[in-house]
Amino acid sequence: MSMKRVDRDLNRFRQIVRGKIKKDLRKYMSHGEMIGRQGKRLVSIPLPSIDLPQFRYGAKQGGGVGQGEGDVGDPVGQGDPQPGQGEAGSEPGQHVLEVDMTLEELAAILGEELQLPNIQPKGRKNLISEKDRYVGIRRTGPNSLRHFKRTYREALRRQISSGEYDQADPIVVPIREDMRYRSWKETLQPESNAVIIYMMDVSGSMGTEQKELVRITAFWIETWLRSQYKEIEIRYIVHDAAAKEVDQETFYHIREGGGTKISSAYKLCNRLIDERYPASEWNIYPFHFSDGDNWGGGDTRECVELLRNEILPKVNQFCYGQVRSLYGSGRFAHDLEELLGADERVVVSEISERDDIYDTIKDFLGKGK
Amino acid sequence: MKNTRLPANLESAREEIEAHARAYGLDFFPIIYEVLDYRTLYETAAMGGFPTRYPHWRFGMDFDQLMKGHVWQGSTIYEMVINTNPSYAYLLEGNEDVTQKMVMAHVTGHVDFFKHNMWFAHTNRKMLDAMANHATRIQRIIDRIGYDVVEEFIDTCLSLENLIDYHSPYIKRPDAHTPQPLVGEEEPPVAQGLRVERDYMRDYINPPEYLAAQRQKIEDERAKQRRFPEHSQRDILLFLLNYAPLERWQHTVLEIVRDEAYYFAPQGMTKILNEGWASYWHSTIMTQKVASAAEIISFADLHSGVVATGGGRLNPYKLGLELLRDVEDRWNRGRFGKEYDECDDIAAKRTWDRQLGLGRQKIFEIRKLYNDVTFIDEFLTPEFVIENKLFTFRYNRDSDLYEIASREFKEIKEKLLFRLTNFGQPFISIEDGNYNNRGELYLRHRHEGVDLKMDYARDTMRNLQRIWTRPVHLETRIDDKKRLLSFDGSDYTERRID
Repeated sequence: MSMKRVDRDLNRFRQIVRGKIKKDLRKYMSHGEMIGRQGKRLVSIPLPSIDLPQFRYGAKQGGGVGQGEGDVGDPVGQGDPQPGQGEAGSEPGQHVLEVDMTLEELAAILGEELQLPNIQPKGRKNLISEKDRYVGIRRTGPNSLRHFKRTYREALRRQISSGEYDQADPIVVPIREDMRYRSWKETLQPESNAVIIYMMDVSGSMGTEQKELVRITAFWIETWLRSQYKEIEIRYIVHDAAAKEVDQETFYHIREGGGTKISSAYKLCNRLIDERYPASEWNIYPFHFSDGDNWGGGDTRECVELLRNEILPKVNQFCYGQVRSLYGSGRFAHDLEELLGADERVVVSEISERDDIYDTIKDFLGKGK
Repeated sequence: MKNTRLPANLESAREEIEAHARAYGLDFFPIIYEVLDYRTLYETAAMGGFPTRYPHWRFGMDFDQLMKGHVWQGSTIYEMVINTNPSYAYLLEGNEDVTQKMVMAHVTGHVDFFKHNMWFAHTNRKMLDAMANHATRIQRIIDRIGYDVVEEFIDTCLSLENLIDYHSPYIKRPDAHTPQPLVGEEEPPVAQGLRVERDYMRDYINPPEYLAAQRQKIEDERAKQRRFPEHSQRDILLFLLNYAPLERWQHTVLEIVRDEAYYFAPQGMTKILNEGWASYWHSTIMTQKVASAAEIISFADLHSGVVATGGGRLNPYKLGLELLRDVEDRWNRGRFGKEYDECDDIAAKRTWDRQLGLGRQKIFEIRKLYNDVTFIDEFLTPEFVIENKLFTFRYNRDSDLYEIASREFKEIKEKLLFRLTNFGQPFISIEDGNYNNRGELYLRHRHEGVDLKMDYARDTMRNLQRIWTRPVHLETRIDDKKRLLSFDGSDYTERRID
């Protein structure tokens, strides 16, 4: 039986899904819920239009019959219906068709549609990944690795040399000493390391929507960079007038008051790089998000000095994303453009609303660095 | 090519299982087992159990979801069997022997059901060849017309594939044909009344009232002939095949989609009964005959997985199995009929046992003559509902949750039957193929208390219009008001009718 036909259908299906996502990529990229759906390696993407429409019952007066404990009025267990139960018409709710995608697939679509170049990693490669390869034969091992042919050859050799072998009755019986097993070796493969350092202004003027913009943007940054590097470390720095390192949860939810001193974050970032991520071995991606307010002219000049003399020489590129807030002046982006705009290691992008995330990602990751 | 035959130890287990099954009275087509690795098994499952189907992305989508479910969520298909003669059944490579034995016993039950259940009597047992032919014919069309155009048309047809008459293979219906031309009859008949020999008798033999009645009768007859189709038509796909302006290749594709829909229909009509029957027999054969002492714990574990009910959901395997066992017990002890039903002595009822021993015979009768609807309708009892903790649930708008609505027998039975009637599909029929005398298509949704899913309904009408090419209308009820939805090829309208 030829079973290969499904590959053709599978490819066509993937092509359709890719087409739909690409067509609406800007919309999908502005959705926060995609991150919420993110499983370990899979994202579920709701694609209402891919399902074949049919005349069928709506959910409104629906319901059905179930089985189990509980009193009238108790909620029925939630969760996805199990396969094979649709015919009994008993699963609660109607479902928009969701297509599960691996992050690799999603990254591939992102890269294709935004025409993101593959990154040429810089720096020395570290030896990190291990790979087992079967390279030889040995005398001990588990039965699952027994080498049938070699074992019998050994037995035959032994029987011939001891004169046990009879050509008229060629029975070969291996004994314990004849057993041969495959053996393997671990080989180390060089891979490039990468680290993302997120910095965010958490002073009073950064509200919930601003942080949401950052969170969604970060999701797409990570999706892409993960497809380019095998392992990625992520560090989080928040700052108002002073900076500190935090975990991911805190990064997106902390709220501080007070003024804004961006140089504090850049200093901490620089120290982190010097202590932990030597530029010769790491691909380093600092991303800074703020609403563009900074404390007086002096601090901005200090930021520029820090970038020019310390940070830029060590990193692949430095990205600044400026989200619009009600209170932010948005000055910092202008200053950066003016003072460092000529340096191609610096990328400045403004994110006024969710629809801009698409363009910001293109700005940030479009250089292939 | 990899060897997919049963290994020797399972081959002898198969012989043993089939011998026991025959001794119990099961009678099945020859079964050909193939042992497949999980990828091949899932490929086959995605294509409905058939190795060769026409090219369509839907099979790829099903495969993708099955594989991801397997890899990421650990869900597994153990078994698959298709209704053909001989029947093909697929086992998953690497399963424990006891699993394979249980699956083979289960499969044997299914194949017996395929062979004897009357709802399968009209299915094509050579469907393996038919599916392969369909694939070849559609592939030829694709080569000639182009992939995209054909794919789009297949999408359109699949969106209408449930618009068939699920009972039509078993009932002779007046067909949609209208033999005479509708207009241009040479001489319309005139109401002449009875023959009159003598002129003075005329008013006496043919009084004016009688003539008027005759005229009315002829008029009615002609009006009926002008109706098109003469009777409302449930097999909408057949109507389209007969009357829609399809190109030849489109006609072929639609015919194939309809053919396959009818082939799969009985499986939807007998899900509970068929799975119940197969589970009854895997359980009987394994526990009474095949499973060794060392295997019984593994078997019990597997079996409880098959009949598990979680999160308040109904499991067709469990419902079917329990109801068959209940019937067997009732007929063994004579707990049925007028005398039992009218007995109001609770104590006597509880210990009622006439030692009839008719249980086995009864469930064999059920496997031959019943489908899910008639099975539930006739054999669901209040005692069974209580014992199995059945309930109805409904959606609560305020809490945005589904919640238990009732544990009353009457309501549970009604809801269950409603969900099964027409196999969970809304009743939709063609009432008029020449609506407004302009060749427009008029459909009626027989509303049974649940509205259609409107966004889907609109898209489906678009697809219907694409095939019919003239405007299409659908009469339905929305929020308890009668509505006429219309789509004319570019605009979609909705108006109230009463």
